[in-house]
Amino acid sequence: MNTVATKKKDNLMVLIFAAVVLSMPVWLQPFGAAYPDLMQKFVIFGLFAVGFNILFGQTGYLSFGHAAFIGVGSYATVWVFKLYTMNIVPAILFGVLVSGVFALVIGFICLRRTGIYFSILTLALAQMSYNLAYSVLTPITNGETGLQLSLDDPRAWDAAQVQGEGIPATNFFGMEMSAWDGLFGFYVCAAVLILGFYISVRITRSSFGSMLRGIKTNQQRMTYTGLNTRPYALSAFVISGMYAGLAGSLMAAVDPLAGAERMQWTASGEVVLMTILGGVGTLIGPVLGAAVIKYFENIFSAINTSVLADFYSFLPDGLIDIFVGVSALFVGKGWHLTLGLMFMLVVIFLPGGIMEGIDRIKNRFAKKPQQD
Amino acid sequence: MTKKTSDVSRRSFVKGSAAATAAGIAAPSIFVPHATAAGAFRNDPGSSKTVTLGFNVPQSGPYADEGADELRAFRLAVKHLNGEGDGGMMQTMQPMNLKGNGILGKKVEYVTGDTQTKSDAARASAKRMIEKDGVIMFSGGSSSGVAIAVQSLAQEMGTVFMAGLTHSNDTTGKDRRRYGFRHFFNAHMSGAALAPVLEAEYGRDRQVYHLTADYTWGWSQEQSITEATAGSGWQTVNAVKTPVGAGDFSQYITPILNSGADVLVLNHYGKDMVNSLTQAIQFGLRDKQVNGKDFQIVVPLFSRLMAQGAGENIKGILGSTAWNWKLQDEGSKAFVKAFGQEYGFPPSQAAHTCYVQTLLYADACERAGTFNPEQVIRALEDHTFDGMGNGETLYRGEDHQCFKDVLVVRGNQNPSSQFDLLEVQDVVPRAKVEYSADLYPGELGPYKV
Repeated sequence: MNTVATKKKDNLMVLIFAAVVLSMPVWLQPFGAAYPDLMQKFVIFGLFAVGFNILFGQTGYLSFGHAAFIGVGSYATVWVFKLYTMNIVPAILFGVLVSGVFALVIGFICLRRTGIYFSILTLALAQMSYNLAYSVLTPITNGETGLQLSLDDPRAWDAAQVQGEGIPATNFFGMEMSAWDGLFGFYVCAAVLILGFYISVRITRSSFGSMLRGIKTNQQRMTYTGLNTRPYALSAFVISGMYAGLAGSLMAAVDPLAGAERMQWTASGEVVLMTILGGVGTLIGPVLGAAVIKYFENIFSAINTSVLADFYSFLPDGLIDIFVGVSALFVGKGWHLTLGLMFMLVVIFLPGGIMEGIDRIKNRFAKKPQQD
Repeated sequence: MTKKTSDVSRRSFVKGSAAATAAGIAAPSIFVPHATAAGAFRNDPGSSKTVTLGFNVPQSGPYADEGADELRAFRLAVKHLNGEGDGGMMQTMQPMNLKGNGILGKKVEYVTGDTQTKSDAARASAKRMIEKDGVIMFSGGSSSGVAIAVQSLAQEMGTVFMAGLTHSNDTTGKDRRRYGFRHFFNAHMSGAALAPVLEAEYGRDRQVYHLTADYTWGWSQEQSITEATAGSGWQTVNAVKTPVGAGDFSQYITPILNSGADVLVLNHYGKDMVNSLTQAIQFGLRDKQVNGKDFQIVVPLFSRLMAQGAGENIKGILGSTAWNWKLQDEGSKAFVKAFGQEYGFPPSQAAHTCYVQTLLYADACERAGTFNPEQVIRALEDHTFDGMGNGETLYRGEDHQCFKDVLVVRGNQNPSSQFDLLEVQDVVPRAKVEYSADLYPGELGPYKV
């Protein structure tokens, strides 16, 4: 999208985006990924990456601690489920609010520095939060076991309703998230992603967005013009923290459980990978990156040697073993290896991520007739 | 707004995408099975010739060794169910309804997954098995935190979970679920079995220091050991929680030296236990004399895989275990023989429990005559069986916990082979480790979800 962005074009992009997301259950079928849990992951991590991109892609601040907000959002949401109601709306709102406040505090501290120092500060604070959740704050987080619902939770606002046996399911005004074989939960998440994507487009096109890109391009020059950039950077930080909190809340809404491992630094690193793999600073790239990484994590890691043997069964006997042996290194437990190789190739040959690849292909087909 | 020609193509594009959106919204009706029909249940194999089981084990992390052995046992069980190999425990199991033609005449297939010893990853992996691969039952374990997390998922999804290695009291205590079953023993039984032996060996009135893995299993084992040994006048000096997968335990071991404790209880498992025990011995704890008594180390939950990892350090150390490959009953011998022929070495207790769980589930399906989990669960509840390695065993209906004999073992001083690392000190009969189902109160939940 090198040409001038207009409102019409943006709206069209959002519409196409919505169509692609909502039709996932159909077009993911051939990839073996059209089951609710994985599609929910695509959408939720897509949302996380969209939010992360507002900070990293637009403002240029590389945060290495964004998973902390996912965790805070999840814990806050599960506590609302436990104490008040299984309706996801108040729970998600509360989760986003809490993570926003948390982001304000962390951002206020970390944004005193830029560049690598900022990254290290966020990493340190996030790792601190992880350790707090893991052992110190066990009464609130239930430590390594993870915060789960139980039958004797008060659920004060739901108490009036007649309860069936067992723990009630999370619901959207009575409609259970597991309805339609889990697809209802997916559509709720998808709707939130589309809304979140639209907001991120509007932010990017606004004057606030230009200010953020100004910070990324040359913060010093902006300061010399007499402008205090910190409120802008802090706003971007809080917004992206709230996106992460929203993603965490959605995770808890479709699967009411919160664990400390969600806050670990590897989870923070993952979103950085997603954004870079998809294309830093592009609007759609981070969502693509999230989908690719989650696909590898869930589908490639499940391929075992018997699946490979089936796949290569057309080969003569001796060759099967060799092919299976070699391929087995890259699937199953070795899925990290495949992902690593792919990440290297993308960074070396397509520094702009998958989006750059798509643009190149598009240009090759579109530009030729015009140049003649 | 329709001045330019390009608008037409754009409008048609928008129309097209709107149509795609509509298709996306309409799509659910394609995927929704007849969930409302009476007697219907999730992943009904129906008229299919095969049935799929899911094996969800840790393939990475501190419990990876146990996970690998569990997977071997699952593969072996599937082989035996399908009538390949010598049948293993299917020769000794009593009562026995399996015919060696799969389950209910359907050939057994399986899918595997990696729990990474993390609740989130384990649930994601289990959900993939249930939603994508259509498994009728899933099994696995090696961490009670994970087992409890996937057990509640099993209840939500209405798919039976046959827990593998999980030792926390909570699994069949406060977090018990109708769709979760545990064959393995638990911390309470370890305490009940160990306490008399500990008093006889190490005397009364000991000062105890606990190092405890910081999650449900560690907490529960620390509590059970403390309660069981209180009668012998054993007192807790200090109980320190350590993170799972810590790797280096020296910072936790140094304070023990001057704490006045004369017994160290390691509530650790897997690689954690290998590391903490090795370091405790390197720090010279076992050569010390405190309060006029020899310093002792106790590892309440022992396994041969851990003993292999800890090497020399394990010698003489007491602990409890669910099963050992040197047991001489017919069931154990048949299983060890079949496992040995397949893989060339004897199975661990984790392998044993996973193998037995798979056969028990298959047998329950045969007895129920259906895969419908409601009937299968009823067939498993209060089922008594024998010939599977631990004497006569009861699957208690109130909490889905198995009751069977428990072994007290000691690190072998003179091992005759690299696998002969634990000698069975005592077989504690089932009656001595039984407890009432409401000692750890919990609610199973409904049969139909």
